[in-house]
Amino acid sequence: MSTIVLLAITGIGLGGLYFLVAAGLALIFGLMRVLNFAHGAFLLLGGYFAWLVGAYLAGGAATVSNLQFLAMLFVATLTGAVIGTLTELVLIRPLYRREIAQVLVTVGLTLVIGALVIGVWGADPKTFPVPAWVHRTTHVLGANVPNSRFLLIGAALAVLGALQLFLRRTRYGLIVRAGVENRTMVTAMGIDVRRAFTLVFALGGAVAGLGGALAGVNFGAVSPGLGTALLIDAFIVVVIGGLGSITGAALAALAVGLLQQFANYYIVGVGDLSIVLLLVLVLLVRPRGVLGSAT
Amino acid sequence: MTSDTANAAVSERNTGGASAHPAPLLEVRDLHVRLGGSHILQGASFDVPARGVTALLGRNGVGKTTTLRAILGIVPRTGTVSFDAQPLESVPTFRIILRGIGYVPEDRDVFAGLTVAENLALAERHGVPPRYDLVFDLFPDLRTRRRQLAGTLSGGQQQMLSIARALLNPARLLLIDEPTKGLSPRLVTETVEALARAAADVPVLLVEQNLAAVHRLADHAVVMTGGRVVHAGPAADLLGDAVLTRRLLGVSA
Amino acid sequence: MLIVAIALVVVPFIDLPTAGILPDRLNAPGSLQLLGLCLVFGALAMTYDLLFGFTGLLSFGHALFFAAGAYTFVIAVTVLRLSGPAALGITVAVALLLPLAIGAVSLRTSGIAFAMVTLAFAQAGAVIVGQDPWHATGGELGLGMSYEKLPQFLVGVVNTRYLYWISLALLIMVAGIIWWISGSVTGRVWQAIRENERRVQILGLRPYTFKLLAFVSASFLAAMCGVAFVLLVGGVNPSIVSAEFTLTLLVMVVLGGAGTRWGALVGGIVYTFLDQRLVAMAGSQAFASLPAPLRVPLSQPLFILGVIFILVILFRPAGIVSLFSPPARRRE
Repeated sequence: MSTIVLLAITGIGLGGLYFLVAAGLALIFGLMRVLNFAHGAFLLLGGYFAWLVGAYLAGGAATVSNLQFLAMLFVATLTGAVIGTLTELVLIRPLYRREIAQVLVTVGLTLVIGALVIGVWGADPKTFPVPAWVHRTTHVLGANVPNSRFLLIGAALAVLGALQLFLRRTRYGLIVRAGVENRTMVTAMGIDVRRAFTLVFALGGAVAGLGGALAGVNFGAVSPGLGTALLIDAFIVVVIGGLGSITGAALAALAVGLLQQFANYYIVGVGDLSIVLLLVLVLLVRPRGVLGSAT
Repeated sequence: MTSDTANAAVSERNTGGASAHPAPLLEVRDLHVRLGGSHILQGASFDVPARGVTALLGRNGVGKTTTLRAILGIVPRTGTVSFDAQPLESVPTFRIILRGIGYVPEDRDVFAGLTVAENLALAERHGVPPRYDLVFDLFPDLRTRRRQLAGTLSGGQQQMLSIARALLNPARLLLIDEPTKGLSPRLVTETVEALARAAADVPVLLVEQNLAAVHRLADHAVVMTGGRVVHAGPAADLLGDAVLTRRLLGVSA
Repeated sequence: MLIVAIALVVVPFIDLPTAGILPDRLNAPGSLQLLGLCLVFGALAMTYDLLFGFTGLLSFGHALFFAAGAYTFVIAVTVLRLSGPAALGITVAVALLLPLAIGAVSLRTSGIAFAMVTLAFAQAGAVIVGQDPWHATGGELGLGMSYEKLPQFLVGVVNTRYLYWISLALLIMVAGIIWWISGSVTGRVWQAIRENERRVQILGLRPYTFKLLAFVSASFLAAMCGVAFVLLVGGVNPSIVSAEFTLTLLVMVVLGGAGTRWGALVGGIVYTFLDQRLVAMAGSQAFASLPAPLRVPLSQPLFILGVIFILVILFRPAGIVSLFSPPARRRE
């Protein structure tokens, strides 16, 4: 029983991390039809900037205070938002209406940022400082669950809530939802949809940046390969959940996280393979994903 | 006849026919559209006068819908389009709309996952009071269904919503694409009456296959064949001439 | 073109200094190996272009088939202890059957979904290679090739020129097949699929069959490039199965000019050359004296290649070959 509880909570936590990466991807793809390969690079930069701030604030210690940790998360989010905005304005916008070129340019950006990170900070993992309580465990139904799992779950829920508020309650949220359905018609109603493009890149980047910091918490370190590894998982999540659907991404992230944990526990090493098989199955049965739109 | 002479002939006829209205509101000249290897519009030229309903007619596939989309810059085009003597070629679609053009697209294109209220709210503009009274007066059904998802509306209700969206802001020209397509006869009548009321104070460029609707609404007629304009003049002249109607539209009026 | 081909054939006989452009004198083993690598990746890029640039299929799994050829050959020779011809026979069989199976499934989807399914299959391949459940692939470490069963002329540094000639022969074979097939009726249908799939359907042809044919052809040729690759470098490691490697192929093709006669080849050669040599150049004296903000990014080949790639997409969408023959001619 305790093992199942531990696996479940860990799986949900992993799902939370996947969601943080997948949410922005889903938003960007839904609105702009651009598969953003640079999303992993946004996450990578978020993680490294958080680590920079954390290492500076901790001054050599392995832990930081809660306030310092919040500062790290804030910096990660801000980094992601800034790089996301710049990407849209400088690289995506000049290629308007050339969607394949837009995808390619994000591939190029991934190479550039990945190489820069290795060049500046080296190829070795950097230990990620966290508050002491994150390292401790909490007793739940007989299982000792690391607190970092709860942190991931909490962050994912907060982001999910905030995104839903944005989408349901604000004018730009309305424009994004309408644009996911039919971008041309939004333009034909007198709305400059390009501003919404910049906004989803900024938002998606911010969430990915936060995801980078939380990936640092989850794995205990940040390393140059972090972005690509999580990006592929996030792609799988987004495709299973239906490109463009936030709710779909959340559900798929949960499913993928849980499946991976349980599969890995019962047959070592099968976790990654099982989610790939799940993806292939979903695509063959429902090429648009579980909650994908019909258009 | 080459396209140039055809267009010249059309322009002449236009100037003749439009002499009652000094300057056209919308001028389309030598409009070309190429999409996916097909040359859909091959130099279409016509005017939309500042008053009344101009019907854009022609058989299926001659490029009527594409003409509306090209005017708005939704599809890449060459040629000139001027609205109120201002060129539109390098103006992005949303700004063309903001200059005072209301657009009701083919197949309604309401946002299925948004409620009726949200569909309308999307049309609201900063600093422009939305004309909800006018819209709900024309289409009382929409008021009671405000919280319903547009995707669950009937085809007729979706058409009302699509027209309502275009009427929410004061417009100087409406582009309306096949508003009666796929509607039951009763709904066709309702829609045509609503359009007649809306057209009383704003000029309309209307794409319509239903000749009865054209009879009721149109003052001017522009006929397209194969991506070009082949006839333009008063609607009554065209519809009154059975031979001409059959030749141009392939139907009897 | 003939002159270039002859020049490439006789390179191993020309003893010239290369002024640091190549690792050694022109016909030294190190230089020949690098040149061979450029030729193999040039050929590989051409096979990817057959899918992406020519038929319009954006696959993120092409590296899988290159790796399948490389791994099958190495495993056949090293683990199964087969002779060279037998190993090649098995590799050919795998190189036909694997893409047939994966293509048959993947091509039921199209567009982004197709890209994702192929990515997923490649990822599955990467997982299997990395975790090595059957103790054949050598896991994360990879596998060195055993030369016991191979002909003598393939063995040893002094024989690098034979490996170079094999690479050149591979390139000529791949280029010949691709140019021949793209000029054929089948090639014209592929092009038509890229331009407008529906129109192909209207003509009464089944796009699925033609796309599968393109998929299998490109993947088979990629697997053959894999065989040449392992002969040249003497082993395999999991990096050639990774999604990043497919992205690298995409970069090569777009850099050179997708869907053109020479683009992918030029892109593959230029990319491989820069990727290999920029590191060495970065180690030079003049480089060390640069200030850190310049030196750090410039010491990363992928940074430079990524920047060039982005600039090409923004300002030269037809690729670098269009610099020499504007306007770029589509293969017709």
